[in-house]
Amino acid sequence: MHPALSVIMFTTLSGAGYGLAAMLGLGLLDPASWATKTAHVVALGLISAGLLSSTLHLGNPQRAWRAFSQWRSSWLSREGVLAILTFVPVLLNAINSIFIDIFIASTGLIAAMLSVATVYCTAMIYASLKSVDAWNTRLTPACYILFSLASGAVLASVFASFGAGSYPLLPLLGIFLLGAAWFAKWRWRSRLANGSSLSTPESATGLGHIGSVRLLERPHVNENYLTREMGFQVARKHAAKLATIAYLFGFWVPAALLLASALLFAEALAGSVLLTTLGLVALMAGIVTERWLFFAEAKHAVMNYYGG
Amino acid sequence: MTSLPQGAPPKKLGLVIDLDVCVGCHACVINCKEWNTGGYGAALSDQDPYGADVSGAWLNRIHTFEVVPDGGQLVGEAGDARIVHFPKSCLHCDDAPCVTVCPTGASYKRAEDGIVLVDEDKCIGCGLCAWSCPYGAREMDLAAGVMKKCTLCVDRIYNETFELVDRVPACVRTCPANARHFGDFNDPSSDVSQMVAERGGMDLMPEQGTRPVNKYLPPRPRSVLADAAKTIPSAENTDAANGFFAWLDGVLEKI
Repeated sequence: MHPALSVIMFTTLSGAGYGLAAMLGLGLLDPASWATKTAHVVALGLISAGLLSSTLHLGNPQRAWRAFSQWRSSWLSREGVLAILTFVPVLLNAINSIFIDIFIASTGLIAAMLSVATVYCTAMIYASLKSVDAWNTRLTPACYILFSLASGAVLASVFASFGAGSYPLLPLLGIFLLGAAWFAKWRWRSRLANGSSLSTPESATGLGHIGSVRLLERPHVNENYLTREMGFQVARKHAAKLATIAYLFGFWVPAALLLASALLFAEALAGSVLLTTLGLVALMAGIVTERWLFFAEAKHAVMNYYGG
Repeated sequence: MTSLPQGAPPKKLGLVIDLDVCVGCHACVINCKEWNTGGYGAALSDQDPYGADVSGAWLNRIHTFEVVPDGGQLVGEAGDARIVHFPKSCLHCDDAPCVTVCPTGASYKRAEDGIVLVDEDKCIGCGLCAWSCPYGAREMDLAAGVMKKCTLCVDRIYNETFELVDRVPACVRTCPANARHFGDFNDPSSDVSQMVAERGGMDLMPEQGTRPVNKYLPPRPRSVLADAAKTIPSAENTDAANGFFAWLDGVLEKI
C-alpha cells in the first residue's frame, strides 16, 4: 500500500495527542502546574493537527462533514464521530486545569476512555479490510492503542520532568508501555512474515485448476491509480533495515533515555527534561518509520491481477 | 445509507464473462470509457493525456494471464499452456465491502436490482472503498476527486428511448466475440443463469467473502494439437474412392 504522508502524520500525531489526553485524563499530572496546563494545550493541538492533516488526502475535503453519517457500518465514520465526541471531555479537562486548577476524575476518565476508543476506530479502518492480509488482524488495533498510550506516556514524562508531578512514575510507565507496544508490533510482524496470502493469482482468476497463473500483460503499459495506490514496493526492498531502525529509535533509545532519567534524577530537573525530550524525539522518529512500514509492507489482494 | 440492502432483491443484474471466448481486443474497454465519460457522473478524466506518462480512470480493464500446467516452469514443458485474456470490471458483489466502509453514504447497493453505485455528490474522495475492494474495481477520478466505478451502464439498460438490443451495458453491446453477457441472475431461465449452470460459472476470490454477482466461465478444456493431426485426412488416402477411380487406383497401384 502507498504510504501517504498525510495519513502517516495523522496517525502518529493524533495517536500521541490521544495518548497524552488519556494520561491527563487519568489524573497523572498536577492540574495546577503550568507544565500540565501546557500539556493540555499540546494534547488538543496534536489531536486537531492530526485530524486536519487527515483531510488533506481527500478528493473533496469540503464535503468531509458527510463522513459523520455512516457510523452504523463504517469504521472511518465511527472514527470521525468519536473524534468529535472526544473533544468534549478533553476540552473540559483542559478548562478545569487551565482556568480553575482542578482535576475532575469522572470527566478525566471519560476523556481517557474516549481517546482510546477513537484510536481503536482508526486502527479498525485498517484491521477490517480483508483485502489487505497484513492488516486484517486483532493485533493491528492492539498496536495502534499501545503505540498511542506509549507515546502519550513519553510526552507526559517530558511534562512531568518540567515539574508537573508523577515523576519518575511516568518515565517508568512509559518504558512499560513502550515494551508492550513493541511486543505487540513484533507479534504483528511475525504474523506478517509467516502468514500466507488469503488470495493468490490462481484464486483471483479462477484458473488454478489448469495450472499456475502468471501475468503476461498488464491492461495498460503505464501505472494506474490501483498500482500507485496499492502496489508500493520501495519499502519492501529495505523492510528489514527499516524495521531495525524503527525498533532502535522507537524502543531502545527512548527506553534507555527514560530509564537513565528515572535513575539519575530523583526529582524533576533540567537533566531529566533533556533526557525525556531526546527520548520523545527518538520515539517519534521510530513511530513514523513503523507507520511507514505499516503501509509500505502491506500487500493488497488486487496486486494478484498486476503480477505482484 | 451504506448498510447493504436486507433480504433478496427482486432482480440481481450482472455480467457473465466467458474466458473461453475473449480474444483480448480491448473493444469493451474502449467502449466503456467512451460511454461512461459522457454518461453518469463526472467525466472519466485522464492525466497527462498526450504525454509520456498518461494515465486515467477506467472502469473496465483487460489483463492477460499465462497459465502453465503443474510440473512445467516453462510454457510447453508439461502439457499445453494457455493464454487467457481476462476482462475485469466491478462484480456488483452481494456482500460488497466497498459499500459498508464508505463514511458518507455515497457508496450504495441498490435494493431493486443489486447494482453498486457511487453518489458522486456525496463522495469525499477518501479512497477507502478502493482499498476495501480486492478486485480493483474502483478507481479515483483525479480531476473530479470522486470515486468512479462500473455502473452496469444503469443509464443504458433502463433507457426506453433505446432499441431493445442496445439496452445492455456498453461492454456487452460492443464485444465482437460475444464474450460478455448481461442479465438477471435471479431468473433461473435467463441466458446468464443458464450459461452459469451449463459451464460452471465461477466466483473470483470466493475466499474474500464478497459473494460477487458477476460470474466467469472457465476456458473449455483444449484438445491436444498432436491428437488432432491423426484425424486430418491424408492426401494419399484413397479408401473413399469408388467406381472408375477405385479401378484406376488399383491398376496404378499394381504398375
